[in-house]
Amino acid sequence: MAKAEATFHVFRGEAADAESGVEASGEYQEYKVPVEEGMVVLDAMHYIQGEDAPDLAVRWNCKAAKCGSCSAEINGKPRLLCKQRMDALPLDEPIVVSPLKTFPLVKDLVTDVSWNYKMNAAIPPFQPKEEDTDKWEVFENDVVRTQEFRKCIECFLCQDVCHVLRNHDRKDAFAGPRFMVRLASLDMHPMDARNDRVKYTKEEAGIGLCNITKCCTEVCPEDIKITDNAIIPMKERVVDEFYDPVMKVLRGIGLAHKK
Amino acid sequence: MAKKSYETKYECHTHDVLVIGAGGAGLRAAIEASSQGLSVGLICKSLLGKAHTVMAEGGVAASMGNVDPDDGWKTHFRDTIHGGKFLNNYRMAELHAKESADRIRELERWGAVFDRTEKGKIMQRPFGGHTYRRLCHVGDHTGLEIIRTLQDKGVHSGIDVYMEATITHLLKEDGRISGCIGYWRESGRCVIFNAKAVILATGGIGKGFKVTSNSWEYTADGQGMAYRAGAELIDMEFVQFHPTGMVWPNGVKGLLITEAVRGEGGLLTNSEGERFMKNVDPERMELSTRDIVAKAINKEVKEGRGSPHGGVFLDISHRGPEYVRKKLPGMYRQLLEFADVDITKGPMEVGPTTHYTMGGIRVDADTAQTTIPGLFACGEVAGGMHGANRLGGNSLSDLLVFGRRAGLGAVEYANGLKEQPQIDDADVKAAVKELSQPFERDDGENPYAIHKDLQELMQSKVGIVREEGELKEALDELQTLKGRAKNIAVTGARQFNPGWHLAIELDNMLIASEMVARCALQRTESRGAHTRIDHEGYNEHWGKTNSTINANGEEMVIGQSTLMEMPDDLKALAYEEKK
Ligand SMILES: Cc1cc2nc3c(=O)[nH]c(=O)nc-3n(C[C@H](O)[C@H](O)[C@H](O)COP(=O)(O)OP(=O)(O)OC[C@H]3O[C@@H](n4cnc5c(N)ncnc54)[C@H](O)[C@@H]3O)c2cc1C
Ligand code: SF4
Ligand code: SF4
Ligand code: FES
Repeated sequence: MAKAEATFHVFRGEAADAESGVEASGEYQEYKVPVEEGMVVLDAMHYIQGEDAPDLAVRWNCKAAKCGSCSAEINGKPRLLCKQRMDALPLDEPIVVSPLKTFPLVKDLVTDVSWNYKMNAAIPPFQPKEEDTDKWEVFENDVVRTQEFRKCIECFLCQDVCHVLRNHDRKDAFAGPRFMVRLASLDMHPMDARNDRVKYTKEEAGIGLCNITKCCTEVCPEDIKITDNAIIPMKERVVDEFYDPVMKVLRGIGLAHKK
Repeated sequence: MAKKSYETKYECHTHDVLVIGAGGAGLRAAIEASSQGLSVGLICKSLLGKAHTVMAEGGVAASMGNVDPDDGWKTHFRDTIHGGKFLNNYRMAELHAKESADRIRELERWGAVFDRTEKGKIMQRPFGGHTYRRLCHVGDHTGLEIIRTLQDKGVHSGIDVYMEATITHLLKEDGRISGCIGYWRESGRCVIFNAKAVILATGGIGKGFKVTSNSWEYTADGQGMAYRAGAELIDMEFVQFHPTGMVWPNGVKGLLITEAVRGEGGLLTNSEGERFMKNVDPERMELSTRDIVAKAINKEVKEGRGSPHGGVFLDISHRGPEYVRKKLPGMYRQLLEFADVDITKGPMEVGPTTHYTMGGIRVDADTAQTTIPGLFACGEVAGGMHGANRLGGNSLSDLLVFGRRAGLGAVEYANGLKEQPQIDDADVKAAVKELSQPFERDDGENPYAIHKDLQELMQSKVGIVREEGELKEALDELQTLKGRAKNIAVTGARQFNPGWHLAIELDNMLIASEMVARCALQRTESRGAHTRIDHEGYNEHWGKTNSTINANGEEMVIGQSTLMEMPDDLKALAYEEKK
């Protein structure tokens, strides 16, 4: 079989830098890459680095879909570069590789995702109900829900695709699906002692801005049911806590279980 | 005090304790140092939470006895020493066995969610070399759980995190540590850190080899920097090869195929269809130990009975598609999605993949201090704990136990200093100059090409089975590569420039590769992960001897030192017959 060749249009460009006087720039550059069996797009980026453009900036670490570093957009779709197989892409037209759109460009395929780290640090930490873990009795049933959320590899693909952040740029008011998942993982942790997470989810994380389009769920490489299992239950908890007078009274006298 | 000239030129930060590396070891160290009230900086070359630790699958070893109540630190200690073929630093193995269960409880207290037993305790699974079911785990993503827990704890501990900064040089004043220098990956600009104590937690050296399960970060930076700063390293010949990594297709080259595939009945065959394990271990066959399986595969390939892409065949399809999908769901899905390999239909091509570095920087067991005052090391970059071979699961626990100890050691040291050590302007100047050089050459070597040649060389001549002639050839070729590396030219700007990053990292990889080759040549015996076909079996002298590595100017000095002898009570434990 003759070796197939793929044409890539890879975004090359960088952000403005006041200190060195570099101006913002960017355009798609064409590269030809021989296609080998079982190749993924990250392999193609490495091929381009090795042969044509040693300074092509791309983040990656594990090359096994475990670290969530290599997020980018392939033909306009948010994907992990290391998980996107070449043979699943049409080769008769150029494959377009772009950086995540929702976050500011650093260079080429690398974006500044530091906003996510700030959102994470603002979330109140886990606080155990009981310090002595030998006294804990936690069963498989108690942890399945939070374990689904704890599989998150922080690839931020869901953040990239969510229209509240992507099209409306409401980073000021909405923490995004990734952090809805994180808040849910804490609120559904069987041993977490805090009772202010629902309030935080409503008031600080802005869960009300999500209108359940489920785009986030579709792109999650860990198959976390972000909308159904994290966001909707958290929205329900918000309703219970803030808008349901019966629940409010029950909670007041300690009858409503939180977890 | 008048400003030094470097302070006006470059971005500078000052801390009591600086931790380089944010994997399990570095994060745990930073949390400990910070909890003692000191100012702590934590530096990593990728984003926080992406370190190699995130890839660990199987579990973390701790003798909690949740599943097998008979387990305890003594058995864990004995297993570790047996696994290490008696070359471990006994004190490290002792502390590790005694403290790992507490470190797991602590993780739980910080929010980690492990799989559970029916009694509501942390679940533990069996693993090669461990007498009891001992590995606490979360499905097959234990490393992710550990790193996320530590990360979330860390960001609330008042630690200053510097992400995507690569440290390139350690700095000293009068023989003791005074800080370090590096560059921001994003901007390419230099950044200088002044500190009383520095903890290295930078991980391993796998990227020097062609087939590896390791990530791009494993370029031996910690080993290289410590060596250049004058610290002693030990036992670098011991590099663990996991027997079954994918060799093909390229998209998954090096990807680890878990031992469970063989556990579920996977068969290893050569190009003639022969189950070659019957020639080396007819009793256990495919379920023999990691080192034996790895060597057997290597032999088939070298003798021309390999698979088309230089491995052997591992086949589980005879168990039927339903069974395979049920027992190995993650593996099945991953290979199908990633590589279009359907393991229910046919064989995989597998071969040994470079996995773990047992050797490393020499440390004091209790404090993790290296031979340089104020410099500490923990995690995979430190040597001694695992001897000649590491047991699965013992690394994650090592990170927690010695990460904490390094944090404490650094705090104690820093508190003992009367004043902040000073950084010398001349050292900064020299380091900055070295970093810019690849940009100044118009015409020179491509760093990617040198890296590729290095990987080929290490894989073929300093790999899993070694021999004097090949090792000597490798050392000659390493000198040539070193010469070529001095002539690297990179193009483009300093902003996020992977070619330049690699040019700098190559220095460390070349140093570490030379250490492996030289130590391998010196150790004329076969022990654990180190195999010499010209020196089979154990040798009594070498059984009591560590290899040592030191820098003397440009020359690498390889020596020997006598292994610390175990006290009698531990000896009795170590030599006790297995039940
Ligand atoms: C596929 C795979 C599976 C594994 N499974 C298991 C398992 O089940 N159980 C087990 O016990 N072990 C396992 N291991 C081994 C274990 O994961 C590693 O040994 C361990 O995670 C190493 O941790 P560390 O903290 O020492 O380093 P790492 O987690 O690798 O962290 C190194 C850190 O140093 C930083 N760094 C490196 N160089 C620099 C520099 N120059 N400047 C700044 N920062 C730098 C990196 O950015 C990173 O943050 C596995 C390994 C692999 C590859
Ligand atoms: S479901 Fe909500 S969080 Fe997810 S993409 Fe839609 S708006 Fe965003
Ligand atoms: S929830 Fe899924 S898509 Fe979002 S960051 Fe986590 S792994 Fe990525
Ligand atoms: S490189 Fe880690 S997820 Fe792609």
